[in-house]
Amino acid sequence: MAGEYILETRDLTKEFIGFVAVRKVNLRVRRHSIHALIGPNGAGKTTVFNLLTKFLRPTGGQILYNGQDITHTKPAAIARSGMVRSFQISAVFPHLSVRENVRIALQRPLGTSFHFWKPERSLEALHARAEELIEDVGLTQYRTAVAGELPYGRKRALEIATTLALEPEMMLLDEPMAGMGQEDIGRIADLIRRVAKNRTVLMVEHNMSVVAQLSDTITVLQRGEILAEGPYADVSRNPAVVEAYMGTGHG
Amino acid sequence: MDRATRITFLAMLVVLAVAPFVLYPIFLMKVLCFALFACAFNLLVGYVGLLSFGHAAFFGSAGYVTAYTVKMWGLPPELGILLGAATGAGLGLVIGWLAIRRQGIYFAMITLALSQIVFFYALQAPWTGGEDGIQSVPRGHLFGLIDLHDPMAMYFTVAAIFVLGFLFVYRVIHSPFGQVLKAIRENEPRAISLGYETDRYKLLAFVLSATLAGLAGGTKSLVFQLASLTDVQWQMSGEVVLMTLVGGLGTIFGPIVGAAVIVTMQNYLAEFGSWVTIIQGFIFVVCVLTFRRGIVGEIIGRFGPKGAAPTGGGH
Repeated sequence: MAGEYILETRDLTKEFIGFVAVRKVNLRVRRHSIHALIGPNGAGKTTVFNLLTKFLRPTGGQILYNGQDITHTKPAAIARSGMVRSFQISAVFPHLSVRENVRIALQRPLGTSFHFWKPERSLEALHARAEELIEDVGLTQYRTAVAGELPYGRKRALEIATTLALEPEMMLLDEPMAGMGQEDIGRIADLIRRVAKNRTVLMVEHNMSVVAQLSDTITVLQRGEILAEGPYADVSRNPAVVEAYMGTGHG
Repeated sequence: MDRATRITFLAMLVVLAVAPFVLYPIFLMKVLCFALFACAFNLLVGYVGLLSFGHAAFFGSAGYVTAYTVKMWGLPPELGILLGAATGAGLGLVIGWLAIRRQGIYFAMITLALSQIVFFYALQAPWTGGEDGIQSVPRGHLFGLIDLHDPMAMYFTVAAIFVLGFLFVYRVIHSPFGQVLKAIRENEPRAISLGYETDRYKLLAFVLSATLAGLAGGTKSLVFQLASLTDVQWQMSGEVVLMTLVGGLGTIFGPIVGAAVIVTMQNYLAEFGSWVTIIQGFIFVVCVLTFRRGIVGEIIGRFGPKGAAPTGGGH
């Protein structure tokens, strides 16, 4: 299992009727790295994301996770195998408390998730672990608050705590900084760097300074195809990238 | 149960114990059967966010099975009612399995279409008695001991079934399974991304709801000693939606209040004949315009703790 690349795609293709959103993408994500996927609007970043986590079905190509072909695996099974995604808009359960949000992720391994005859009290054993995770992302003071009432940046932190509860080997973050204020960005970036230790992170992100700061490798997509790949320093000097994406004003 | 819920529950028990000495027992039993039916429906729409438009199929078929087995096979009432609930479960498994593959309006349409097939079967099959239904069903002796032809005995039997059904729904909602249901209602893609095969959870919820609807339908056929097309037709599916909405979607007491309001209206407005439907429609419109969370939902929203208001999961 310990290959150099945790996730690989081979000629990954997604065709919608009359339109190719992703064309023969060969992506390789190195284990224990932070890998960013960038590109102008409509480049197919989110489509790639949805293909990788099986929320969309590819029309061609292969996806390998830890050397295993997961091209036809169901999304929930992907999550159970250790690859967990986040969503572009914050994905919390808004009417549940912060602690219940994390607990939902923790309760599945108990094996009682179909037990409709058991009291909710049977889940209280998970509170200690839930609160550890909540503390990890700095939400201790909010632990009994209703998730929907948290400020946006805190929701994203909660989402990361929930994802971490699954102890994923790989995290896929879809625009973790979208819609966030400057002070939140700093905090979430620190958090991502911290949780990326011993894990692999693949993220789609628009905020270039965050991408530059965090990523080991950057893949630039344009019109569904890979335009360039490499460390930020190389990619940002690539003339094709500068023209296609960053504009002449950048850097 | 939290304090407010426990107090309300105890108050409900007191009302149930006193009511038959004040009000007509048959009327009360009708309210209780519909209240249980609405609680079953609410489990699905209020806590999973699945709007079924075919719940009459489970309610009505169970009524036929209970009536038939008790009348023709001479089964004791408790067995007849259990078979009714089992009918609800079996039909729920088939209809649910087909319907949960789709979402929102498509889900509602599939449940409606399949329940129409059940209606057509009930109309055509020889054993259901067509337009006449199954009449003069004997109520029999409960556990071979208690003569259910005594209205009070029948009433307390129905009340006991209702309370057990209510407690069952409460437990399902507040169980590890119920937690996953709420997660699915709130954000299904996220629940999937946390590793839950959401379709299986929805199917189990659907079957549980159909089973309880069957329990209610079977009980009703013994109360009225009659199983008829009224209980399988699509208007009945609409009525249970109405009861749940008026009472308060996603609140545990809402469906009970809703059922009481609607059944009372039908009883006291019966003299207006077909105008009842129009008056009902008017009340429904007023309800949607002025108190969208339903009667109980509004009460919780105004006097309850912050964040306790129901979420109205139906979409």
